[in-house]
Amino acid sequence: MDNLSLEINALERALLTMDQSQAESIVIGAMTKGTPIQIASELVSGTLQRIGDSWETGNLALSQVYMSGIICEEVIDKILPPSNPLRKNQPKMAIAVFEDYHLLGKRILYSTLRASGFELIDLGGGLSTDQLVEIVKNEKIKILLLSVLMLPSALRIKELKLNLLDTDVKIIVGGAPFRFDTELWKEVGADGMGKDSSDAIEIVTKLMEEKS
Amino acid sequence: MKKNEMTSMERVLTTLSHKEPDRVPLFLLATMHGAKELGMSIKEYFSKGENVAEGQIRINLKYNTDCYYPFFYAPLETEAFGGEVIYTEDGPPNSGRPLITDIQKINSLTAPKVKDSEVLLKVLKSIQILKKHSKDKIPIIGVVMSPFSLPVLQLGFEKYLDIMHFRKDLFNHLMKVNQEFCIDWANAQIEAGATAITYFDPVSSSTIIPRKLYLETGFQIAVHTIAQIKGSTATHFASGNCLPIADLLPQTGTAVVAVSTEEDISKVKEAFKNKLTVLGNMNGIEMRRWTPEQTDKIVKDLIQKAAPGGGFILSDNHGEIPFQVSDEVLFAVSEAVHKYGTYPIIKS
Repeated sequence: MDNLSLEINALERALLTMDQSQAESIVIGAMTKGTPIQIASELVSGTLQRIGDSWETGNLALSQVYMSGIICEEVIDKILPPSNPLRKNQPKMAIAVFEDYHLLGKRILYSTLRASGFELIDLGGGLSTDQLVEIVKNEKIKILLLSVLMLPSALRIKELKLNLLDTDVKIIVGGAPFRFDTELWKEVGADGMGKDSSDAIEIVTKLMEEKS
Repeated sequence: MKKNEMTSMERVLTTLSHKEPDRVPLFLLATMHGAKELGMSIKEYFSKGENVAEGQIRINLKYNTDCYYPFFYAPLETEAFGGEVIYTEDGPPNSGRPLITDIQKINSLTAPKVKDSEVLLKVLKSIQILKKHSKDKIPIIGVVMSPFSLPVLQLGFEKYLDIMHFRKDLFNHLMKVNQEFCIDWANAQIEAGATAITYFDPVSSSTIIPRKLYLETGFQIAVHTIAQIKGSTATHFASGNCLPIADLLPQTGTAVVAVSTEEDISKVKEAFKNKLTVLGNMNGIEMRRWTPEQTDKIVKDLIQKAAPGGGFILSDNHGEIPFQVSDEVLFAVSEAVHKYGTYPIIKS
């Protein structure tokens, strides 16, 4: 596949000025250089990772990361609909907000992953340990992405992990408590932690490769 | 009290005027530890203003702090609007599902009256008790959620960002309602005896919105709201960054800025020198597993970088110390402030 660095720069500019039609033109224009899944994985995901990294270094704001993800999700849905067999939907992956209703972090990650060509189940917010254990076991979820805002919720992931020891699910955590205490994810027994959506794409890509 | 030792009020007012007091003031913003002191659950503790007042008095005495901080919990104002609050045994009461699920209902939203709100009256009760007890020697810090940040709890973050970008009509109406409420609520706390008001505004932080959007939204709202609050304010970004808007914050009329642990305290102090007093910036989340030795080192470092010249109050970076932080660490913070925070600051 040809180098997409020019398109990545252009797409980044379009996203940061919230120009959806320009973003769509850039993505459609790049289709001559690769398959839809390649465009999602390399152009869109690459751009969103760069935007995520800029948030991490304090050069962009969360609202810009959010709007970029939403625009890209809509654009990619047009060239790679949810039912498209090319979407990376195996092993089964789900995302949830653990114990509270602060949904923005989950929404950003969900959009980013979908815009990068992944398909995942959105379990919503306010889920308890018992609810998550039941869903993971019944749905045979292999990768569970958990977003939390509150420290007590983050600490209770330890109990969730213990209740899921008889499964092979991998739990990836993210959210403010894990950003402010970078050792916390290990303490609660998570299998990985993403400080931002860029980290999460890398972790999920690696896990998908290991598990498929 | 030792000879030449200032009262907490004198200490804080001196540092606010960018002069060196007798020592660095300590705002230990332990909102839930009072429940432990009173042997109560967090839910029972926040059920009465009397409990919170007593909790704050005990925290102040136990750790020799420089303020009373009768902040209950973040979703208090949304509760006054009719929202749901969820209690846990080991953390701050949290907001439930957003109050407004259909954004069109913003058009019919009205602000609650402070005098008719049971939850707000509990806070006023605690402030009144603390006012009597403080005899004007200890500042009482009231709290409001800014009109610009409250919608995160009213609508949820996604819907809020959507209306901020695409539905200016709804955004403007919501700001009008929230601003009217915020001003009334802040002034009711001042009237009850609060010395100053913390203006919590995390959405305005550069972590959440870019400078350009802040200039068009949160900045304008802060200027107009703070001007109508009849007392000093401290703008708190609840762990969010603010250096990219450092030049704008003094123009909002605020006196204090509470900063994130993710920002270098030396750069922050330089940016606000002689303009705003800096409050911060211990990492509250990490504090849970600090040892007393680490605590001593961290507090010493912060004081040496930010305290010279006054204009600095030591505090955590979120405005709410987690319930899991041990008494041992809180004692270590207090001891370190008394050990290293006496002016003139000796650098080592």
